[in-house]
Amino acid sequence: MFFTYLRRELRRRRRQASFIAVGIAVGIGLVITVTAASSGVKDAQGRVLHALYGVGTDVTVTKSPSAGSGRPAGFGFRGRSGASGGTKINADSLVSLSLGTLSGSSVTSISRLHGVSTAAGGLTLTDMKISGKIPSFSSTSGGTPGGGGSGGGGSGGGTSFRGSIKSSSFTVSGVDLSTGSVGPLSSGKIKSGSTFSTADAHTDVAVVDANYATQKKLTVGSTMTIAKKTFKVIGIVTVPQGSSPPDVYIPLAQAQSLASMTGKVNTIYVAAASASDISAVSKEISGLLPKATVTTSSDLANEVTGSLSSASSLANNLGKWLAVAVLVAAFLLASLLTMSAVSRRVREFGTLKALGWPSGRIVRQVMGESVTVGIIGGIAGVVLGFAGAAVVSKVAPSLTATVGQTQSATAGGSGAAAGGFGPPGGAGGGPARGAASATHTVAVHLTAPVTLGAVLLAVVLALAGGLIAGSFGGWRAARLRPAAALSRVE
Amino acid sequence: MYKLSNVTKDYQNGRSTVHALAGVDLTLGDGEWLAIQGPTGHGKSTLLQVLGGLDRPTSGVVDLDGQDLATMRESQVTKVRATSIGFIFQTFNLIPTLNAEENVEVALVPMGIAARERRERSAAALDSVGLGERMRHLPSELSGGQQQRVAIARALIKQPKVLLADEPTGNLDEGTRDDIMKLLEKLWQDRELTLVLVTHDSQVARRAQRLGLMSQGRLSIQPGARPPSDVPAAR
Repeated sequence: MFFTYLRRELRRRRRQASFIAVGIAVGIGLVITVTAASSGVKDAQGRVLHALYGVGTDVTVTKSPSAGSGRPAGFGFRGRSGASGGTKINADSLVSLSLGTLSGSSVTSISRLHGVSTAAGGLTLTDMKISGKIPSFSSTSGGTPGGGGSGGGGSGGGTSFRGSIKSSSFTVSGVDLSTGSVGPLSSGKIKSGSTFSTADAHTDVAVVDANYATQKKLTVGSTMTIAKKTFKVIGIVTVPQGSSPPDVYIPLAQAQSLASMTGKVNTIYVAAASASDISAVSKEISGLLPKATVTTSSDLANEVTGSLSSASSLANNLGKWLAVAVLVAAFLLASLLTMSAVSRRVREFGTLKALGWPSGRIVRQVMGESVTVGIIGGIAGVVLGFAGAAVVSKVAPSLTATVGQTQSATAGGSGAAAGGFGPPGGAGGGPARGAASATHTVAVHLTAPVTLGAVLLAVVLALAGGLIAGSFGGWRAARLRPAAALSRVE
Repeated sequence: MYKLSNVTKDYQNGRSTVHALAGVDLTLGDGEWLAIQGPTGHGKSTLLQVLGGLDRPTSGVVDLDGQDLATMRESQVTKVRATSIGFIFQTFNLIPTLNAEENVEVALVPMGIAARERRERSAAALDSVGLGERMRHLPSELSGGQQQRVAIARALIKQPKVLLADEPTGNLDEGTRDDIMKLLEKLWQDRELTLVLVTHDSQVARRAQRLGLMSQGRLSIQPGARPPSDVPAAR
């Protein structure tokens, strides 16, 4: 009798029931679409962040360069006597441009901290090649000499030089081969050849980024020069879309030796034992190395700007509240319409009470009708949600994410002009250092994956909507006095 | 069956109080038929509602076979209605979305009877009122007289002790009225029901054993037209 009565009643007021179901469907569809979009944005942010320092890294430790620290990038010009205009140069150096140094023992100390699963040191370096003739200068005032390039002029007042300098650079990452689970190579996938083994720790072998390899026509077995040393390419690696990885990876010990940074690193990658330990680990490292910059994934996430960040704000703020508002409106409407339907059935319920139906039985009947409408709305809402998510995935443009960070060197490439040169005999010549906080922009395609959690949320919301509406109506039905109900003129 | 002692029922109407029942005394034996007449608004339907436990009196005792409906908990009164009291209304009060058989079945739902037995008994009840072939018809597909027959079947399917009828022929034409009254009379006799019937119609009232007249909330009982020999044997 319960289901027969329920079915017949919903059929009788199918227009109203459909209206309520559609309202609930729209609310739930919006919730699923917004949840999927938020999930997609989080995924995209995750991809961006993982691309920066690899999967598995929860905390990175770096240090800002202090004046005069790091590899002096003089390329042998500093204070060299007799290096006059017209002298040929052929320099190839591995330098740390934008990061200060940390001692290798810091890695060991960090790995022993409570809550740390793994710690590995690394070097992010730039291989600078400069060739050509030292320019001759004629200076009429104390202006700063300009950048390289053949026949290039200076910046600032009244200085000119003549010469032909060519420069190129590419980024090199020194990788700790004892731990593969953290670090910039951890998110890569070998496309051809092989990755490092622990036996390669002191070998002149390199793994090259696929894009750089294509650019430089490098394959497995090719050789390349890093800081005037020949390395053999043993593998080509691809990294997640949207990242700007180093061009070349070599064993850490070799990088330290070539950069004259034996026993030093400029980045420490740390994996926490669990997500809940990250904050505590970060604090401990800050205590251990007070002068270092300790960055967690959430710190980096806070620095993400660009359209990806805007999409995140849109999904989390406007999208979320819009979905909540529509859902609340749908539930309210469902409740009002259910109460109205009960009011129209006062005599019917009065008759049932006269026949001996307990109030609880009548309330259950009303709630059953509401929950059924809620479930129908929920199913329709799930379908709408999937459709909405599919539309978002299809039409969403590629979003950009810009992250301000302290560890990335600018991407290498041929012909990158270095900064200005110091005057002959002057101090601190060579290429200008990169900005201490270089920005890093990547493009990501937004998807909107519908998760099982979102579908379950929809089911719960549908049932809740039905129960809320039903309880309003049921309360109205339960309060009916049979005599008053039967006296009602319809 | 019934013993009412000084039953009153007051309603608030704005600032004034309406005394719908102003001290009703009534004793009704098993198997008796009482018809209640009186002008509109003098308490006839209110008395019927009090007898059926649909409304509580403001004061007084409503004794039904030793149970005081006036002081029982609502859940207990509901159980009494489910098992012992049948109702027939002027406007039939059938559930519009259920067919004839299902409308009769609803009276058995509170008794926890299995669906199959409910259907069998409903079919038999409709047969007994001459509607065996209209079981699948919705109320909108039945005439007034047929709807009232369904209502009678619904009221009697649970074998109640008491049948309370509020203007059962009020919405019917003369011919149908007579048919319904003949049916009620037959059922009253066959099942030895205690029947309380409220009506404006003197033709209907004359069929009862006893006649009650409601005036200003008070009930006065007069002998009816039916001779005492027609009274069914006491149970």
